[in-house]
Amino acid sequence: MKASQKAERTPGQETTETLGWWTAHKFLILRRLSQISVLGLFLLTPVVGIRVIDGNLSSSRLLNTVPMTDPLLALQTLAAFHPLELTAVLGALLVGGFYLLLGGRVFCSWVCPINPVTDLAGSFRRLFKIRSSYRLSRSARYWLLALVLVLPTVTGVLVWEFINPIALAYRGILFGMGTGWILILAIFLFDLIVSQRGWCGHLCPLGAFYGITGKISPVQMSAARRDKCNDCMDCYAVCPEPHILPPALKPSKNKSPVLKPLDCTRCGRCIDVCAQQVFEYQINMPGTVKDQPDTQRSLAK
Amino acid sequence: MNKTNDKGKAITRRRFLTDTAQAACATGLLGLGLTFIAEKSKVHAAEAMRPPGALPEQGFLAACLRCGLCVRDCPWDTLKLAKPEDPVASGTPYFEARSVPCEMCEDIPCVKACPSGALNPALEDINNARMGVAVLTDRENCLSLQGLRCEVCYRVCPLIDEAITLKRTRNKRTQVHTAFEPYVNPDICTGCGKCEEACVLEETAIRVLPQELAVGQLGKHYRLGWEEEEKAGKALVPDLLNLPDRLPEGTKL
Ligand code: SF4
Ligand code: SF4
Ligand code: SF4
Ligand code: SF4
Repeated sequence: MKASQKAERTPGQETTETLGWWTAHKFLILRRLSQISVLGLFLLTPVVGIRVIDGNLSSSRLLNTVPMTDPLLALQTLAAFHPLELTAVLGALLVGGFYLLLGGRVFCSWVCPINPVTDLAGSFRRLFKIRSSYRLSRSARYWLLALVLVLPTVTGVLVWEFINPIALAYRGILFGMGTGWILILAIFLFDLIVSQRGWCGHLCPLGAFYGITGKISPVQMSAARRDKCNDCMDCYAVCPEPHILPPALKPSKNKSPVLKPLDCTRCGRCIDVCAQQVFEYQINMPGTVKDQPDTQRSLAK
Repeated sequence: MNKTNDKGKAITRRRFLTDTAQAACATGLLGLGLTFIAEKSKVHAAEAMRPPGALPEQGFLAACLRCGLCVRDCPWDTLKLAKPEDPVASGTPYFEARSVPCEMCEDIPCVKACPSGALNPALEDINNARMGVAVLTDRENCLSLQGLRCEVCYRVCPLIDEAITLKRTRNKRTQVHTAFEPYVNPDICTGCGKCEEACVLEETAIRVLPQELAVGQLGKHYRLGWEEEEKAGKALVPDLLNLPDRLPEGTKL
C-alpha cells in the first residue's frame, strides 16, 4: 500500500494544489533563470558583440575590468608550480570569496552548466522508474579532488582541464563545441543508467571543492519547521543529496535543523516541493548554529 | 541491544573500508589514465601555432586557464580555442597560419588579455615574439627555386629583408640564370605565418613550425674551435693535428 502510494506521488503536486504553481516551482524557475542569464551574459560577446563579460567559466573579465577566475583552476596552476599572474589570483579570490559568502555549492545549483544535464537525468529516472543504481562511495569526490590537485604537481600540466566537463560545456557553447558534447552526453547517460546522481552527487571534484567552501558559508538551508513534516517524502525525491535530509529532518538527538552545508547545494527545491513549508534559507554566522533543542527555532518564529 | 549496535558498527566499518579501497583503486587508475593523456599532450603538434609570448609548451600547459580572453581580444580572429579533437590540448589557444596568420599587432592585445601569464607579459615588442620559425619545407616545388620570380612569401613578411631574404643561387634547370631563394633567418623570424598563408602553391612550400621542431641544437659538449679560439685568444689545439688521410679507394693525392 505504502509503496504504491509513493510511486504514484508526483513531488510538488500537493504544494501546487494547496499553495499554487509558483510557490511549488519558485526556486526551480529562479535557478534556471540564473543559469540562463549567466550563460546569456557570456553569449552577448560572440553573438551580438556586446562585451559585458568575456571568457568563460574558467576565467573571465567583467565589463573589461573585473577579473574572475575559477579558484580550483588557480590552485591547479599553483600546484603545477606556475607563478600565476596577479590578475588571475585576484580573480580567484573574488570568485572564491563570492561563493564562500553565498553558500559554496550555490555554484552547482545556480550557475553550473552540468546541473541542468544531471537534473534532467534525475527527472528521467523518476519518469521511467529506473531504480537500479551502482552505489558509489560518498568519499569518491574528495579522492577525485585530491587527484585534480596532485596530478599537476606530478605531471607539470593541468591534467583535469583535459576532461573537465564543466569548463568544456561552457567553452563549447561560447567557443565551439566540436566533439565535446560526447562527454556531456556520457555524464547524462552515466547518471541515467549507471548511478543515480552519480556525477554531481558523488564524483564532481569542483562540487566537492565548493562544498568545502560552503561548509563555512553563512547561507544555509534549514528544516526550520521540521515538526510540521508529515513524511510525504517529496523532498527526498527531488534533493540532489538526499542523504543530508534525515539528520536535519528527523534527528536522533536534538541536532540542528541546518542541512549539512558541505553537501547541500542550496538549490531550494525542497522549499518548493514541501507542502508543509518546512524548509527555508537562513543566514547564520558560521559557528552560531549549534545542535539545539528540537523545535526551538520554529517556536521562536 | 548492544550486540546489534556492535554488529551495525562492524558492518558500517566494513562498508567504509571497502568503499575506501574501491575509491582509492579507482582514483589510482583514473590518475594513471589522465597522466597518459597529459604526457601525450606535451608534444607540440606541427600545424598548431601558439599565440605570441606563449611559454614553452609544457609551461604553457601548466599556466593557460583555457579562458579564451586572448581569442576574444585578437582583432584579426587569428586565435581559436582548441576543441577536444583539435591537435593541441583541449581548450588552449592556437592558430593555423595557412588559414589566418598572426598580424603581429604592435600593442599585442592577446598578451595583454592573458590573466594567467601563459602569454608572457614580458613580451613588449612583437618583433621579439617567437611563435615558431618559418622553414622552406619544399625546395622542389617552390616557384622561386625553379627560377620564377614569385617571392610572395618574401614580400609579405612584416620583417622583410631581415627575417626573410632572397639568396641568389644558380637556376638548376638553365644553369645560366639566377634563382632567388627565400631564405629565413631563424634568429629574427617571429613565426607569424604570413609567408605560409601567402604561398601561392596549392600546398604551401614554406611553413612555420614550432621552435622545438624547427630549430636544431648543438650537443651540450660540442665546442666550436673558432669560438673557443676567440675566447682564449689563441688556438686551443697547438698545431694542426695530423690525421691519416682517408681517400676513396683508387684515388691518390
Ligand atoms: S557537482 Fe560539479 S557538475 Fe554538478 S553542479 Fe556542482 S560543479 Fe556542476
Ligand atoms: S599579435 Fe595580434 S594578430 Fe597576432 S595573435 Fe596577437 S592579437 Fe592576434
Ligand atoms: S588568455 Fe592566457 S590563459 Fe586565457 S586562453 Fe589565452 S593564453 Fe590561455
Ligand atoms: S613567419 Fe614568415 S612572414 Fe613571419 S616573420 Fe617569419 S619569415 Fe616573415
